[in-house]
Amino acid sequence: MFIEVRNLSHNYDKELVGNYTLKDIDFKVEKGEFIGLIGHTGSGKSTLVQTLNGLIKPTEGEIIIGGSDITKEKDLKEVRQKVGLVFQYPEHQLFEENVFLDVAFGPKNLGLEGEELEERVKEALVAVNLNYKEFKDKSPFKLSGGQQRRVAIAGVLAMKPEVLILDEPTAGLDPKAREELLQEITSLQKRSGLTIILISHRMEEVGQLADRIIVLEKGKIVLEGTPNFVFSHVDLLEGIGLGVPQITKVMHELKNKLNIDDMRTDLFTILEAKKEILRVMRG
Amino acid sequence: MLDDIIIGQYIERDSFIHSLDPRIKILVIIFFIITIFLINAFTGYLFLAFFILVTVLLSKIKVKYIIKSIRPLIFIISFTLIVHLFMTRGGQIIWEWRFLKIEEEGLRMGLFMSLRLIFLVSYTSLLTLTTSPLALTDGLESLLKPFEKIGLPAHELAMMMSIALRFIPTLLEEAQKIMKAQKARGADFESGNLINKAKSLIPLLVPLFVNAFRRADDLALAMEARCYRGGEGRSRMNALLLVNKDYIVLALSFVYLISVGIFL
Repeated sequence: MFIEVRNLSHNYDKELVGNYTLKDIDFKVEKGEFIGLIGHTGSGKSTLVQTLNGLIKPTEGEIIIGGSDITKEKDLKEVRQKVGLVFQYPEHQLFEENVFLDVAFGPKNLGLEGEELEERVKEALVAVNLNYKEFKDKSPFKLSGGQQRRVAIAGVLAMKPEVLILDEPTAGLDPKAREELLQEITSLQKRSGLTIILISHRMEEVGQLADRIIVLEKGKIVLEGTPNFVFSHVDLLEGIGLGVPQITKVMHELKNKLNIDDMRTDLFTILEAKKEILRVMRG
Repeated sequence: MLDDIIIGQYIERDSFIHSLDPRIKILVIIFFIITIFLINAFTGYLFLAFFILVTVLLSKIKVKYIIKSIRPLIFIISFTLIVHLFMTRGGQIIWEWRFLKIEEEGLRMGLFMSLRLIFLVSYTSLLTLTTSPLALTDGLESLLKPFEKIGLPAHELAMMMSIALRFIPTLLEEAQKIMKAQKARGADFESGNLINKAKSLIPLLVPLFVNAFRRADDLALAMEARCYRGGEGRSRMNALLLVNKDYIVLALSFVYLISVGIFL
């Protein structure tokens, strides 16, 4: 088991007993898995991922990553190298005078320098589809929103994490930039075997990308499983204000209204749905 | 560490102090400050401490918050105390070790000055804790109005103050967020010597400033979009109105504080 979270609980204000942000969280993640983490605002998603790289020390429980319990770890730098966390709107943390230096900030903190550092930066920028030569000397503040976000993500990738956690990476991007970014993330995972945890509000996104989905509500895991399994609980998800991908819902309704038994409902894109509907219609 | 900063924070409560007119509160604070600097005896400070205590009890604000507001100033307060202890001369020698000497006057002045600072900070923080930024601005503007005749931009000053107060918590929250994000990239804000520590703040301060400027720009546009053009001819939805209890509080505080200041 690569990541194992056991009995994790956390409350921010210890004076308010029982006011848990996270309560009895248990889950496991295999190496190379793509996990989707969904939940309503304030459900504890962000707190949970911050405990995974030691930014927040949970009040109770264990987090075992690659064999060692990080809640007992003294030197958190190593943990933060292993678990790369990309915050919401990561472009707000850019600070250097050029793209190269900003991406190099993480690896530099790990003690890298010279050619090795340059190689890391290059790789990271290529991974997010930015031309190294073209961008390395540009000021990060003069780039477009989508490019800034990529630079920020490259800044985390340059630390060569084994787990990459992305907190709403597509928030505020236009559809095209969103699509491109998601493609880069998928190809990154396929190429390098990176374990990815993706927080998202967009059910379509999670449905298409994740191997497994974890649903958080009020600090507890209420549902866990394959996208197909999770999105079959339409009522539960809608009850906690999440919903399912629109196309999945359409397929569910069609299946129920028309009483077609062999119609698949585990579809998250319009293209797949079209094929399936045509298949059923043709018998 | 940033959680401890409560400057400018407002805590909503249904209390007597909260319900007072902001102008009255500002005036009482001014009397209070004058009194602090008039007092020259410890008994006077006792009376002031009592005055603070009554206000805190009436405001229903937890003492914890008042203590929190003093905490960031611990360094300045202890610095004042120590400098006075060893530098101010006069009276009998209380303690001596090689070249270090503490004399009576030093101890007295040291204690006086630190008490003054503590009282000042705790009482003024009570003002922001019990008065919403909006009320505070309105109060200040109305008090500054008479000075407009000599060219003081009362409304603009008050507006600037309220914007500043409004953004303290926002900026703190943002600082915390950026700090976390940089920590996730291996940044270290805690260890190292003073120069390294100062250097490590760059990844925090640059984004903070960039974001603050962007926010300022957005806010300016949003204000203009709603036709804001300064104070001239601007009417208010909730005009400040003094009622009996405001006059009573003002009169009582004035008499109490000034007599404490003059007689003690």
